[in-house]
Amino acid sequence: MPRLNAGTRHVVRFTLNGRPAAFEVEPRMLLTDALRHLLGATGTHVGCEHGVCGCCTVLIDGMPARACLTLAVQAEGCEIRTIEGLAPSPARLSILQAAFRRHHALQCGFCTAGILMSLEAFLATRPDPSAEELREVLSGHLCRCTGYAPMIAAALEAAAKLREDAVHV
Amino acid sequence: MLAQQGKWIGQSVERVEDAALLNGRGRFIDDLGAKPGTLHAAILRSPHAHADIVSIDTAAARASPGVAAVITAAELADITAPLVAGVRAPIETRPIAVERVRYVGEPVAVVVAADRYLAEDALDFIEVSYKPRPTVIDPLAALAADAPVLHEGLGSNLVSERHFTYGDPERAFASAPHRVSVSVRYPRNTGSPMETYGVIAEYDPHEGAYDILANFQGPFSIHAVMARALKVSGNKLRLRLPPNSGGSFGVKQGVAPYAVLIAAAARIVGRPVKWIEDRLEHLSASVSATSRVTTLSAAVENDGRIVALDWDQIEDCGAYLRAPEPATLYRMHGNLNGAYDIRHIRVRNRVVLTNKIPSGLVRGFGGPQVYYALERLMQRIAVTLKLDPLDVIRRNLIPAGAFPYRTASGALYDSGDYARAVALAVEKGGLDDLRRRRDEARAAGRLYGIGYAAVVEPSVSNMGYITTVLTAEERRRAGPKNGAQATATITLDPLGSVTVKVASAPQGQGHRTVLAQVVADVFGLSKDEIQVSTELDTAKDAWSIASGNYSSRFAPAVAGAAHLAAVKLRSKLARIAAAQLNVRAEDLVFAGGKIFSRTNPDAALPFARVAATSHWAPATVPDDAKDALSETLFWTPPELTAPTDADAINSSLCHGFIFDFCGVEVDRVTGKVRIDRYVTMHDCGRVLHPGMVEGQIRGGFAQALGAALYEELAYREDGAFLAGTFADYLLPTATEVPDITILHMESPSPFTPLGAKGVGEGNCMSTPVCIANAVADALGAEAIDLPLTPAKLAALVHGEEPTPPRDMFKPRVSKPGERRIIGAGETRVRAAPELVWKMLLDTDVLASVIPGAHGVKKLSETRFLADVTLGVGPVKGRYKAEIALSDLDAPKAARLSGSISGALGNGEGSGVVHLAPDAQGGTVISYTYEGAVGGKVAAIGDRLLDGAAKVVIGQFFAALARQIGAEEHRPGLMARLLARLLALFGVRR
Amino acid sequence: MKPAPFDYLRAESLEEALAALDQGGSEARILAGGQTLLPMLNMRLARPALLIDIMRIPALSAISLEQDAIVISAAVRQATVLARPTLGTEVPLLAAALPWVGHFQTRSRGTICGSVAHADPSAEIPLCLVALEGEIRLRSRRATRRVSAEQFFVGMMLTDKGDDELIEAVAFPKRRPGEGYAFAEVGRRHGDFAIVACAGVVDAKRMRLAVAGVAERPVARDFPLLDGTALDDALNAFAWDLQARDDIHATARYRRDLVRSLGRKVLEEAAACRA
Ligand code: FES
Ligand code: FES
Repeated sequence: MPRLNAGTRHVVRFTLNGRPAAFEVEPRMLLTDALRHLLGATGTHVGCEHGVCGCCTVLIDGMPARACLTLAVQAEGCEIRTIEGLAPSPARLSILQAAFRRHHALQCGFCTAGILMSLEAFLATRPDPSAEELREVLSGHLCRCTGYAPMIAAALEAAAKLREDAVHV
Repeated sequence: MLAQQGKWIGQSVERVEDAALLNGRGRFIDDLGAKPGTLHAAILRSPHAHADIVSIDTAAARASPGVAAVITAAELADITAPLVAGVRAPIETRPIAVERVRYVGEPVAVVVAADRYLAEDALDFIEVSYKPRPTVIDPLAALAADAPVLHEGLGSNLVSERHFTYGDPERAFASAPHRVSVSVRYPRNTGSPMETYGVIAEYDPHEGAYDILANFQGPFSIHAVMARALKVSGNKLRLRLPPNSGGSFGVKQGVAPYAVLIAAAARIVGRPVKWIEDRLEHLSASVSATSRVTTLSAAVENDGRIVALDWDQIEDCGAYLRAPEPATLYRMHGNLNGAYDIRHIRVRNRVVLTNKIPSGLVRGFGGPQVYYALERLMQRIAVTLKLDPLDVIRRNLIPAGAFPYRTASGALYDSGDYARAVALAVEKGGLDDLRRRRDEARAAGRLYGIGYAAVVEPSVSNMGYITTVLTAEERRRAGPKNGAQATATITLDPLGSVTVKVASAPQGQGHRTVLAQVVADVFGLSKDEIQVSTELDTAKDAWSIASGNYSSRFAPAVAGAAHLAAVKLRSKLARIAAAQLNVRAEDLVFAGGKIFSRTNPDAALPFARVAATSHWAPATVPDDAKDALSETLFWTPPELTAPTDADAINSSLCHGFIFDFCGVEVDRVTGKVRIDRYVTMHDCGRVLHPGMVEGQIRGGFAQALGAALYEELAYREDGAFLAGTFADYLLPTATEVPDITILHMESPSPFTPLGAKGVGEGNCMSTPVCIANAVADALGAEAIDLPLTPAKLAALVHGEEPTPPRDMFKPRVSKPGERRIIGAGETRVRAAPELVWKMLLDTDVLASVIPGAHGVKKLSETRFLADVTLGVGPVKGRYKAEIALSDLDAPKAARLSGSISGALGNGEGSGVVHLAPDAQGGTVISYTYEGAVGGKVAAIGDRLLDGAAKVVIGQFFAALARQIGAEEHRPGLMARLLARLLALFGVRR
Repeated sequence: MKPAPFDYLRAESLEEALAALDQGGSEARILAGGQTLLPMLNMRLARPALLIDIMRIPALSAISLEQDAIVISAAVRQATVLARPTLGTEVPLLAAALPWVGHFQTRSRGTICGSVAHADPSAEIPLCLVALEGEIRLRSRRATRRVSAEQFFVGMMLTDKGDDELIEAVAFPKRRPGEGYAFAEVGRRHGDFAIVACAGVVDAKRMRLAVAGVAERPVARDFPLLDGTALDDALNAFAWDLQARDDIHATARYRRDLVRSLGRKVLEEAAACRA
């Protein structure tokens, strides 16, 4: 493939929350900036830009990724999911989101998007997690408001509900 | 006229804020988009803790692509004025360094460019030449007569010193049988919200007015500070807050200087300018809590009762005094007795400046500092007098019958029953069981301890407390300052729906939900029918200097004001309805969306219809209810008076009570603290939303745990900042924060409309010291300071270290905590001393052995200048190196000193080389050296740095060895030795 | 905190990557998972002129079993290896250490070889490789070569890899009968860089202890089968020899203490699970 030059913009095509999407970026542009400022998907937040806080976590091909540690050009051909694609419909919350609300698992909500994306990926592979495992998954995120406990309660509840729903389908 | 009683208040309803946040539809400052043409700012910051700015060359940066302007203090001189602090002192605090930098991270220049990437590109091209000055980091050292002075106008680093006496402490100390003291150092830490600062500013030259959007949190007294700094009147500074804020914990008060800086930049470039702080900037240069050195003594009776306290507090506010400082030191002034009935108190307060980030609001604000000393003292009293620490606490608690209780230093504690709260906590929290666990653990040889803390949590600050720093005479001259205000506006629209507006600037606490609950209860509506706006726009909304989000004032003050406004509006609506229904207004009930008569429920009107009457049929409205369209209420509690001439100050309106205890185990091997159980009992008056109160407690606890065990904005003695990333400043994660037991008791405040008190900060005051007391109990340690790191505790547990085997070369180790690098070494080369000597002085040799040197310039026989590119692995940077030789004793000895500076940081060091002939005609080169690095590289973790320099050093010596012809290569040793010699050239480890 | 400009090449074949590397020299960098390189780019600590993205090269995504080793190619992510059901029996030490590498959210991106290339002295994967006497397989446009882990790690973020070489794969020796393994780590928080991490390998004749987080690189030492104070003395000598230093997270003394205590613990555990 041709080398993408530093000073010029290049078209990158991918799917965002199930729909085709594209942006034009310099090679150095971070995925966070491209999603937020070029596509207006501002639900993915930026807390540190060095890969520690987890606010920017999105799913790339189903796996969690720090968008601040991803170049926008790396998105080429990938399936990207962000917080904007989590709810089943604009006026409804997903089971996990609803559990977060019920348990007061968010305060300022700045960390929330990343945490929901991580849990979304984790619960998909591990439908019946222990509190300990959830703690471990959450340890890849920083939240300064909640003290985490309500998030774990919410995730446990959501997991149970998802399992129930899976049986009934 | 009655409303349904408390249908909504007291319920943990789901928050109205959440659905948007959970879907990524929050509107945080960086989500809002900016006007077309908005430019982006990046800030060049000082790598030095203390240095003169000799020159700034911005020409290359200006020429960099996309750059609109490069702004330094010179450009800002005419359009800005200093930021005024909480005490008058000959210190100029400006948003950008003027001629001198005084802490690492201080802004030096601002680049404004088409986007942030281009702005950062241009930062690299700004050339600043600094002349380093001696630094002072330790607050005690800052007071020494020969300490480097930060602000010459002040003459020393002491900004303020005040002595206070309440009661007769002199006599109490003379007559009490015991005197027990503690000396503690409270470290630097910060709130570190997940969202950093953001500012979007614009200047309208025709109006001469600024429009600033910033995620500022208040207090809005700072609005006045900003307006003065921008040299405009208050009505020419429109300050707006975004709808959402990603946490603050006090810290976002510190956006103010940046708001001024970016606004001034916008004026200069004539375009809107946006700046979003990055995390490195935030950690090094936003806001820190004050660090404090406290010596606290108590005069104690045999039974542990405290008769008097003697406080000596040295408050470290960092490099500048920023408004509202020195408020941290005085916020707790009325509460220096804590939860205890102590009538005699002596206080000596000193405020000092050091080469650190300026301090400001951080959750707890003065409480953590005070209670760390006070509650450590309680534990020490118990240990010293061989009493049970819980008994010592109990014996000293203010008795239940004493409320409202006036403290020795002037606070009026509103309500409480401390003894009952303690008893309840002991019972429900399972203290007996915890004691059993401790005994079992100890019997098994484990290190287990129990700690306690009893804390009075003040809320709703008296704006006048800060003036306690002034003498009564100074206060008289300055005019009175006191009180607290809260305001709320309730409007009714033509369809009769209700909107509430407050100036509370929430940072995630769910204010909108609680206000909907409060107002719904007054009007008998559903909480979902109430629309609440907490956005704040100084050009449009009702606000006062007390507006904003601080001192846990929301529930007691703001929600109370909304309640009162609603009640007032309700009585007008009742009069309208009474006229229409032909009943007495006093008989009307507001419930279920209707207004009806208690005596005749059939006489009813829909709420919305009555509420809309003043819009549609004003002529039918009775005269005394004419303005039933909206109600703005300002509430101010009469209890918050100014300091008396005797310096008594009721520093806060409400006083909640917290009693915590915990059991911890310290791992003998790793020194890590495991929290076995943590119980926290809160009496925060009436609880408006239990779920949110719990959220505040859990969040506060987690932050406090960080302060106790993990977090420190660490500085090296020479002022280098060492905690620049989230890999260095460690916030607790889900695996660190244990589950806790939360207990409640409700003693409603008689001073607030709803009986609520603040709750947001308490655990930041109680938890660090509670954990420290438990650790002290586990280890039998007398003095322990935060953070309680594993290495610190292990050192207390491990005893003396096994010595190295005898035949081993033992490296000289730097003193613990000392961040300078010192060392010594020796190497042999085949060449004779004369030749080696010549090479050391030869520019060409130097040029060929300094890795990445682009040229060595000989300034004189003994001074060299080099441009070098240094790197290791992917880490690479360009530096200017200056090397000087002195104390020349050819060909035997010389001193080399050097310094380097570049975008990644700076370093300096010096060493002495000795050359001695060996038996084979070669030379033994021996050397000692000492050095340090600072700037970005030090701040983002010296792990990295360490390696970076090592490699460069290795490269240098490989080259030098090739030049000279090195002889002995003991495997592994050469690299080590080589590493050290390069240090002589200023390339530090 | 935005990267300085660079060119970007999404290599589709190994040849393409190697050619670009050859041309770019020290100004080119391989981009794999990006979990260590991107922070450095964002902080502008690193300013390469060219990034060569190797994650789409099919040849680099394999995990293959050889006679004595499991060979993990450059584009294999840590999460993929951790999810391998047979890892615990194939390379028990790696299975024990991998959960300590970063977090769920970084292992899903980070590669095994990337961690090796980065050569952080406190990283777990290089430690395992040194403890097990694994091997790094390097390839340049001109040649391939294999380097033992102990020779590969030279210093802090410094390896034996040439500018024109990339790590094609690393080989972890498979579990050997009669050998026991153990891993232990102490960090400030879960998922942090290790203050000290120890890996022990014990067989019928020797005990091998590898330590990360203390010296400039992971360092291993072989001891005869020792116990009691003889083992303490040996560990003490080793601890001093590593030349620990202070940083904001721990003192040098603390690191030496942990080498002595944790080192003993993993050796004893490894000996116990021999079988
Ligand atoms: S912004 Fe990406 S991890 Fe913090
Ligand atoms: S809710 Fe504020 S950071 Fe998590």
